[in-house]
Order: sequence, then structure tokens, then C-alpha cells
Amino acid sequence: MDARDENPAISEPPADRAGIRFGALGWTGLAVVVVLAALPLFLANFTIFQLTMMLIYAIAILGLNLLTGINGQFSLGHGAFYAIGAYTAAILMENFGLAYGWTLPAAGLICFVSGFLFGLPALRLEGIYLALATFGLAVAMPQFLKLSVLEPWTGGVQGIVITKPDAPFGLPLSQDQWLYYFTLVVALLLYWFAANLVASRSGRALMAIRDNPLAARAMGVNNALYKSLAFGISAAFTGIAGALGAIVVQFVAPDSFTFALSVALFVGLVVGGVGWLPGALVGGAFIVFIPNVAELFNKALAGAVYGVILILLIYLMPTGAGGLVRKVADFVGRRMKPRPDR
Amino acid sequence: MEIFIQQIVSGIATGAIYACMALAIVMIYQAIHNLNFAQGEMAMFSTFIAWQLIAWGTPYWIAFALTLAISFIGGVVIERLVFKPIENAPILSYVVVFIALFAIFNSLAGFIWNFEIKPFPTPFGSGALFGGLMSPHQAGMIVVTVVVLALLYFFFRFTRIGLAMRAAAVNPESARLVGIRVSWMTALGWGMASAIGAVAGMMIAPVVFLEPNMMVSILLYGFAGAVLGGLTSPVGAVVGGLAVGVIENLAGTYIPVVGPELKLPIALLVIVAVLVVRPSGLMGRKIVQRV
Amino acid sequence: MKRRFNSRLVVWGALMAATALAATAASADETTGITDKTIKIGNIMPYSGPASAYSQIGKTDAAYMKMVNDNGGVCGRQIDFISYDDGYSPPKAVEQARKLVESDQVALIFNSLGTPSNSAIQKYMNAKKTPQLFVATGASKFGDPKHFPWTMGWQPDYVSEGKIYARYLLKNIPEAKIGVLYQNDDYGKDYLNGLKAGLGDKASSMIVAEQPYETSDPTVDSQMVNLKGSGATVFFNVATPKFAAQAIKKAAELGWKPTQLLNSVSNSVGAVLKPAGLDASKGVVSALYLKDSQDPQWKDDEGMKKWNAFMDKYYPDGDKNSSFTIYGYAVSQTLEKVLKASCGDFTHSGIMKSAASMKDVELDLTPPGIRVNTSATDFYPLQDMQLIKFDGKRWEAFGDVVSGADTQ
Repeated sequence: MDARDENPAISEPPADRAGIRFGALGWTGLAVVVVLAALPLFLANFTIFQLTMMLIYAIAILGLNLLTGINGQFSLGHGAFYAIGAYTAAILMENFGLAYGWTLPAAGLICFVSGFLFGLPALRLEGIYLALATFGLAVAMPQFLKLSVLEPWTGGVQGIVITKPDAPFGLPLSQDQWLYYFTLVVALLLYWFAANLVASRSGRALMAIRDNPLAARAMGVNNALYKSLAFGISAAFTGIAGALGAIVVQFVAPDSFTFALSVALFVGLVVGGVGWLPGALVGGAFIVFIPNVAELFNKALAGAVYGVILILLIYLMPTGAGGLVRKVADFVGRRMKPRPDR
Repeated sequence: MEIFIQQIVSGIATGAIYACMALAIVMIYQAIHNLNFAQGEMAMFSTFIAWQLIAWGTPYWIAFALTLAISFIGGVVIERLVFKPIENAPILSYVVVFIALFAIFNSLAGFIWNFEIKPFPTPFGSGALFGGLMSPHQAGMIVVTVVVLALLYFFFRFTRIGLAMRAAAVNPESARLVGIRVSWMTALGWGMASAIGAVAGMMIAPVVFLEPNMMVSILLYGFAGAVLGGLTSPVGAVVGGLAVGVIENLAGTYIPVVGPELKLPIALLVIVAVLVVRPSGLMGRKIVQRV
Repeated sequence: MKRRFNSRLVVWGALMAATALAATAASADETTGITDKTIKIGNIMPYSGPASAYSQIGKTDAAYMKMVNDNGGVCGRQIDFISYDDGYSPPKAVEQARKLVESDQVALIFNSLGTPSNSAIQKYMNAKKTPQLFVATGASKFGDPKHFPWTMGWQPDYVSEGKIYARYLLKNIPEAKIGVLYQNDDYGKDYLNGLKAGLGDKASSMIVAEQPYETSDPTVDSQMVNLKGSGATVFFNVATPKFAAQAIKKAAELGWKPTQLLNSVSNSVGAVLKPAGLDASKGVVSALYLKDSQDPQWKDDEGMKKWNAFMDKYYPDGDKNSSFTIYGYAVSQTLEKVLKASCGDFTHSGIMKSAASMKDVELDLTPPGIRVNTSATDFYPLQDMQLIKFDGKRWEAFGDVVSGADTQ
């Protein structure tokens, strides 16, 4: 089982279309960005907090999408990289007094290295076996974080409490609003980077490896290097999301990063659409809001309701939101094309 | 030395639990070439059904047989209702549906039977074997696992249906061409996997006590064992499960400082290491790719 | 001339508006969630996830609030009890706490469960000056009024209980060789640290084995084998119900008969000792601060009768064998008493003040001799415990009530 069996329709490189880099999003994308930027002005702090978490998970899913959707490597362990990023930020901020802004590149760098290092032995593993290895990583992470030998840095089971930053330069924004805009800008930057990566030669190499690794190798693509790099970049994205998450939630502890997080990211990926980068936002929204919706129905059976919602979503959109958008776009496109004369 | 042997025996006893679960996992893999993450929860749910039957006064072996039947039918129903409609969906979507089933069964079990631990009866009596390192039940569990394994082996190797199921999983298109009803083979596979899962659950519950979260960690170890042994080999699954139990115990006892805190990660590390060297597991068939 | 006058007016106006806003904000803070007719109380419990067994506490709390409402409420107000699930995940707990405080506008958060979840929201609750009352965890960090004046624990903290066991051992079995099985998290480590602190210098010589386990371990058989092999004569069982039961059962199977000390989280007869085996549990020593519903000595006890009536009427689906339903009733009754004592100053700080001035308060479910005590410097409401020994059928109290306070 591997992502090669994925519906290939979703993952057409955006460059195959009218190749404006920015235009990968198009006008709809611009509208979405404008709405996202305007929201905090109208909403309560708590909702802004939730939206910030949505953006953060979207970044994490973006990273996962690069690995699974674009490069075809199945990962059930991205929660581990999220955790590494979060702890990097927490330790640098609380133990070393680093300003929160610098923790992001630090987290990104450390996660890139760890992702790359993990990708190397993972080269020999395919499909199910890679899934198990990443699964192992996700399960092992909370145990590592609890290790008594590392306690002086990680705070052990108690975790680390983080001070929330204020808006800089005395801007008239609440802490939540500031963090939201900060996250939004980071998210847009990372999306731009991801979209460009996918549209570039490297992106095509990654996709070639996904679709047919033997052919890719025959064409001169260095599979080993690209696959490990894919792991590294993907981990970096998720690590940056983790760092942001730590700052926004103001707390890290081993229990924050259990296997459930990796599962949630994976579910968000599929719901958003594997291989469709903007789907990350849909996935992020799903992770943050659907469990609350399920709880509204029935607190005791919230889990069952969540499962049922998930199954229904897969019925309706087997290839995720991305697939749905693609279908709608095709439909509209066909309707708008002039009928060819027969 | 004594502790060493004791930990090995104890590891085999615990490993029997993983082996049971691993068998169910391999069974479903044979049927659908996919790992069912909800397998543990389904097994747990079946065990609760058995518990309820026994609580209502049914004798143990009748409850056992009834539960097997109910689980088999349940597995088939789930396949027809939940998976058939999405059979053309990509594999990752399948995995999400497994996750959804996990959430549903776990939540339902907690809702119907609450989260307190419940003792589950054992048909093998009590007492002590090997100086208490293994109970009669744990020995019985190993025997049951081997029996199920033998039945499976016989089924796949020597019966028509078994052959048809293997064919349907490996190459559905060719199988259809020779007249095999592929989708019913899949349903059958699900039914059998559920039934084996129910056996696993009923064997495991007396040792770990029955509660809705009983199978969550066992599933992990079961996967580990199944993959270590090779997903295409039921014998490998059992061997793998036992091996994981032993490795885990030895790691916890002999690796200083971090050993007891990192038992599961170490077991998983060993498995990943084995996979890197032998990608199809210890006893799996090598997959050859034609260019 | 006119301009300057105008600008000064503007500045004054702005200043007054700001002060008014700040004033209303301040007073709004003090009475958020409190109206003439209602008081909103928030609660966060793990209804899903690995700790879902504890959700019975939340359900018991909710049922108790309903009973209070049926009996006229508190200070003439009905209780609006809002409980959310955090799945035992700290980020989710933060989200739910913010939802309760900012969106639902509760007056206080009561009995939120779990050390990680409470650690995650502690700073926030104190910044928002909203009481985080009677948290459902025995971690000692939640009784720190100097740094966190709005957070208070309730049950005897784990460190104190560990010290109580240490003193018992020093007095009765000074030559003991102790083997400890502990859950590898804050709960387990707190107990272990309490034991060590209580033993003082003798800790390193008396403790011969420490075996941690993770909640992801299916069984603790391996650890028990190691503990037996260490030659320990006393077994300190710091495990949650499922694992505690497994441990007791395994010890019996291994033919290992040390003196067993069992932590109070897992001393329920119905939920732990029965599955473990009543014979196997003979002689186990523990400590309690609440009555056990299975204990026949409380059959005609007034408090126990009230609890039984409550369970029958308000929470019939609840498990009477479970210590969680006892716990939920007891902590909810404590809140009821605190609220009723605050009628004169029914604000956030008023309620906090009442919580911090409980003197020898008796609850329906505390055995005689055990009282709730708090002060401005003592944020550990329950510190008294009674040592008990299991005789194969029920827990027998022995010795005097020990106060964790003098072991602090």
C-alpha cells in the first residue's frame, strides 16, 4: 500500500496550468487571504485563538502533504516533528531567553536535520513498512520527552510553561490578534515556498519519484537524495508549526504530542485532499472544529459521532476537499468550454 | 541468569498476547492488503459482547462460539456497509475510515459498558506454572494461538476458498477473470479477521482486564510483531509477536537507565532495524518488482 | 485658545472613558458568570482518550449540581454546569478553558482533571483572575497560594501520602527492603518522591528497586518479575486501578508475599481488589480519606445513605462500586459548602476567600476524624488520611488519623 495508488488527478503540478507562480491560488486564493486577514477585527479573542490553531495545523499538514502527497512517502509520525519543533521553541525561549521570532527558524532547522536523518534509513522502507516506522517514531516521541535524563531541559512530565509575547512596537493589537497575524504571515510565506517548490524541477522530481520510482531513477533523478530531502523539508514545515503551536498554547508537555496528534494530522491531510496544497487549510479547520461539533451532538458519544462524520466525508469526497474542488472545477470548465463541432 | 530466563518466559507469556493480535492483523492483510487500525477496537468490542453474554448467564464456551459467530457476521456487515461503497477510493482514504471505525467502536464501548475494568473469565483455570511466571491461562493462550494458526494455514493452503481469497487479494483483476467473486472474498476476509480478533480479545482480557482502552497499546505491539514476522506469513506473525514480547522484557531489564522508560520505542527500533535489513520481515515472502 | 481647550477635552474624555472601561472591566471580571439568578460553573474532563475512565467524576459532578438546583440552588441562584472534553490533551484543555472563560463566561472552573491539563491552564486562570477550584489531581504543585492565588487542589496530595507511608514503614518495618512499581509520570513520581522524602537518609538503603511502567504497557508482569527478583520485602504499588490490579494479581501468581502498600487512587474494593482477587489482596495496606461504598461498616451511616439516595435518583447509570462516584460527590459537596458560605460576597474573590477559610469542615463521605481545612497559606484542603488494611473482605482502619500537614 503506498501513495502511488493515489488518484493521480489531484496532484497535477500547478505548473502545468497557466504557469504564474502566484496564480497557483488564483483569485479565490486571494479572496481567502483577504478574509483571513480581516477576521480578527470582528471576532472575540477566543475564536481568534482557535483560528490561529487552525492555521498552525494547516502549516503542519502542508508539510505532511509535501511528503505524502507530492513525494508519495506515507508518514504516520509527523506529530513527532511537531513535538520537536514545539520543544525547541519552548527550551530556547524559557531556558535560553531567545526571542520567540528566532525560535521558528531554529525549530525549522533542527526538524529539517532530524527529518533528513530519519529519511535516510527510511529509504529502504516502502508503504506499510514506512508507515510502521513513522508510527513507531510518533509513539516513541512522548516517551523520549519524558526521559528522566533529559528532564533538566524538557521539564520531564511536567512540561514547560511559556510566556505569551505581546504585540511589538506597541501596536494596538491584543496578544491573540498579534499572534494570529504573525502566524498568518508565516503560513503565507511557507505556502508560497511550498507552491514554488512543487512547481519547480525539484517538485517534478519528487512527483516523479512518487509516480514511478524506477522510471525516475532511469531518468537521472537521485531518488535517495530527493526522498531524504523531502522528509527533511516536510519535517521542517511541521516543526515550525510546532514552534508556533507552543507559543500560542503557552505550554508543552509530553502528553500534548501523543500518537493522537499524528493521527489528527493524517486525517486532516486526507480530508483536505492529498496532493492539493490549499487543502491544508481545510484539514486544519477540520482538526480544530469538527471535534467540537461532535461534542455538541452528544458528549458521551462524541468519538462515535466524529467517526461517523469522518466516514460520511469520505463517502462524499473520497479524494478529500481537493478532489471535490477538482471535480467542480472540471465540471465548470467543461460547461464553459465552447462545444467542439463534430 | 535466573532473571534472564524468567524475563524470557515472562516475555513469551506476554508475547502470546501480541501473537494473537498479530494473527488477526495478518488475516486482514491477506484479505485486503491493508492494515486495519480498528482491528483492536473491533476485538475489544467482541470481547465486551462475550462478557455481556456471560453476565447474562450464558456458559463460557457457548458465549465463546456465539461471539465468534456475531463477530464474523459483524465483520462481513462492516465490509459491505462501510467499505464497499468506497472501494474505488485511494488507499489513504481507506486508512482514514479505519481511524473513524476506531473512534466509533471505542466511544460506543465506553458508552455502553463504561470505563471500569472488568475481570473476564478464563476457561483454563488458575494456579501457577513455571513458578508463577506463566499462568495456565497464558499457556492456554499460546496453545489456542497455535491452533488458530494451524487452522489458518490449512485453510489457505489446502482449501479452494483459501486459495481464492489469496488470489483475490494479490491480483483482483486476474482473479475475476478466472471466476472468483472478489468482493465476496474481501467480505469473507473481513469476517474471518473479526472472528480471529474476537478470539484474541477473549484470550487477552483475562490477563489485562477488560476495558474499552484495553487493546490500544496491544494493537501497536501486534502490528510490530506482524511486521517483524512478515505480513504475508501467519507463522511469522506468531513468531514476531513472541519475539516482541521477549525483546521488550529484555530491553526493560538490561538496558540501564533508559531501558524501562523506553521499552516500546526500543522494540520498534529493533523492528525497523530488521526491516531495513530484510524488508519483507523475518519470514515474509520477498517481493520482486519487474521493471 | 479654543484648540487647546478642545484637545484637553478630548484627552480628559478619553481618560475618563478608559477608566470607566477599566472599571467596568474590573467589576465585570469579578462577577463574570454570576447573575441574580444563576452562576455558571465550568469543568474540563477527559471524556475521551486514554484517561476516559475518570470521566465518571465529571458525570457525578454534573448530577450533584442538578441535585443542588433541585434543592433551591446556592445563594438563591441556580447552577449552570458546563463540562467540556479535553481528551487528556493539554492544548485541548487550554482551548476548552478559554472557551469556558471567554466564550461561556463562567464564574469559575471546578474540578478540572489531570496534572498536564491543569498545568497548562494554571497561568491563564490566574491571569484572568478566575478561580481554578478543587482541581482533580493530587500533584503537590497546585497548593501554592503565593504564586497562584486562584488555584486550589482538593484531595490529599501524592507527596504527602508518600510521606505517610514512609513514616508507617519507619515505625513498623524499619528493616524493610522496598520495591516500588510506579507509573512513569508526575503522579507516580510524586508518590515516589514523597516516599523518599519521608524516609530521609535511609531512602537509598531501604529502596532496593524502582520499576517504572508506561500507560502504553499492556501488562506490568515484567516489572513484577524484576521486583520479586530484587529481594524486596515491601512492595509499594503506585499504579492506576488497571495496573494496580494486575500487579497484585501477578504478585500472588509469582508466589511473592511482600507487605503491600497501595496508593489511595487505586484502593477501591470493587474496581481494583475484586478483579485482582480478594484473597490475593489480603493484608494490603493503604490510606483513605473517603468512605468506601463497599464497606459494610457504613451501611447505616447517614452520609452514605445520602450518597446512595443521590446515586439512585440523580445518577442511576453510575457505578456504585467505583470510587470515582464517591469522589465526585465529595468534591461537589465541598464546592456547595464554599458557595453557600460566599453569599455575602458572591464574587470571584469572595468565593476564593471562602475556599481559603474552611475550618474543620465535615463532608458526608469523609470518615470521622478527617476534615477539610484551608487558610490563606494552606491551599491543601484535605490532608488527613486514615491508614487501612484489607482483611480479605473489607478495609479495616487502624491507628490514628494521620495528618499530611505535619509531614509537609
